[in-house]
Amino acid sequence: MTQLAKTPVLLQRRVMNALFQAVCGLSAILAITILGYVLWFLFRQGITYFKPSFFTNLPDNVNPALGGIKHSIIGSLNLLGIALCISLPIGILSGVYQAESSGKLSHVVRFLTDVLNGIPSIVVGLFIYAIWILPYALKHPGQGYSGIAGGTALGIMMIPLVMRTTDEMLRLVPQSLWDASLALGTPRWRTMLLIVLPAARSGIVTGVMLALARVSGETAPLLFTVLGNEFLGPITGPTDALPLRLYKYATSSDPVQNSMAWSTALTLLLIILILSILARFLTRAGKRI
Amino acid sequence: MQTVPCVTVKNVSFWYGSSQALFDINMVIPQHAVTAFIGPSGCGKSTFLRCINRMNDRIDGAKMTGTIHLNDQDIRDRSVSVEALRRTVGMVFQKPVPFPMSIYDNIAFGPRTHRLASGRMLDELVEKCLIDAALWDEVKDKLKSSAMALSGGQQQRLCIARTLSVSPDVILMDEPCSALDPNSTHRIEELITRLKTDYTVIIVTHNLQQAKRISDVTGFFLRGELVEFGPSETVFSTPTRTETDDYINGRFG
Repeated sequence: MTQLAKTPVLLQRRVMNALFQAVCGLSAILAITILGYVLWFLFRQGITYFKPSFFTNLPDNVNPALGGIKHSIIGSLNLLGIALCISLPIGILSGVYQAESSGKLSHVVRFLTDVLNGIPSIVVGLFIYAIWILPYALKHPGQGYSGIAGGTALGIMMIPLVMRTTDEMLRLVPQSLWDASLALGTPRWRTMLLIVLPAARSGIVTGVMLALARVSGETAPLLFTVLGNEFLGPITGPTDALPLRLYKYATSSDPVQNSMAWSTALTLLLIILILSILARFLTRAGKRI
Repeated sequence: MQTVPCVTVKNVSFWYGSSQALFDINMVIPQHAVTAFIGPSGCGKSTFLRCINRMNDRIDGAKMTGTIHLNDQDIRDRSVSVEALRRTVGMVFQKPVPFPMSIYDNIAFGPRTHRLASGRMLDELVEKCLIDAALWDEVKDKLKSSAMALSGGQQQRLCIARTLSVSPDVILMDEPCSALDPNSTHRIEELITRLKTDYTVIIVTHNLQQAKRISDVTGFFLRGELVEFGPSETVFSTPTRTETDDYINGRFG
């Protein structure tokens, strides 16, 4: 016999159901509202100085309103480029190692990368300062700070993120795809390179972009490594970067520069957005269907 | 029927860790014939199939004893490269697994790996494999489009064509029709019957009618043991063991 009448138990279930649905829904709305508010606020504040001269000029001490952050944009892009050059090969190759080995060493490596991931960014900056910049500065007074050192610091921070994401995405590739390739007599390395990595590519790219987005806003590791600069200098010397510029302008006594800090933040956000879209587009276009 | 032995199996036992999956299997699989393995789920027939091309090598804790000879060559001999073995002993799986690339690249993948052909030769090879797998007419105008867009039956024929592309001697099939509709199943069965003139086909199937229709030799597995092995006509009409009789007449399993 089926029981279709509304019994107290069923009523209770319905109430619980509605309750949970409401709580989950409200949390989701809250999450996107906060995000939306941050973006909207940033946009409203930052749009003030969004004009061509802001992107093509260097800071102007006589008339701050005419100044720009060209050197910070170029500096940030350079730092991110160096960070990518360091973290991509090391992160992806060690991620492959992690996904493919099950020995004791791989557990140790995984634990250590988790530790590396948990190290505060300022410590990474201090580390580079202590082993690279300070010894150099002692030999060559007045020198030492460089964009390369800063990019390296950011690269070190990215390695565990890239490695983790590669490992996890490779594990998601179904065993059947492995079997299909190996059954043709394909060596393991070729299967990994031509079948498994491409299958995991879009996930890995997303993870790399998230890692890039995270380190692009890092200020602490740059304070000790690239120093900051009012001019566009070579990457081997003191370099400016968007988070440093943002920090400097936000703490400035000049109201114009305070306002420019918002525009700098918006620029940073847009760069990440453009890079993400570009990466998505490239992986889709490069996909052999 | 005069038969030439192709795969000779002696005293093969197999363990996953501490649990034994195969018990002392002995058989001689004839060349250029279809050999079918039947039996209830978990009876070890797929495990045995995967021993023949050493697909079990990758499994942690797996252990095999006994010998399997492919045309007088011990497949586990140290001088045998597992890549060369798998090229000679191709495999088609239960679920069709096209590579996420174009139809052409799917077929060309194996020949490129083993450097069998390139340029125009490769084009001809791809065409030949697709014709042999009875897929050419359906895909000849869209070789550059994704293999993932094909139907399940077409994907399985693509996988067969891919297996043919590295010119194997033996083709292992692990329930190749179980994920397909009756029509696609019929086409694959026709294909298998045609393949045996050039290849030795070993097929695992849950479908007794299928085994009866397409196979020349049938092996019946039960709880990791080879209970019965012989010409299909005999196995299906006058089996020597009561377990076989019970199974093929649906009294258990």
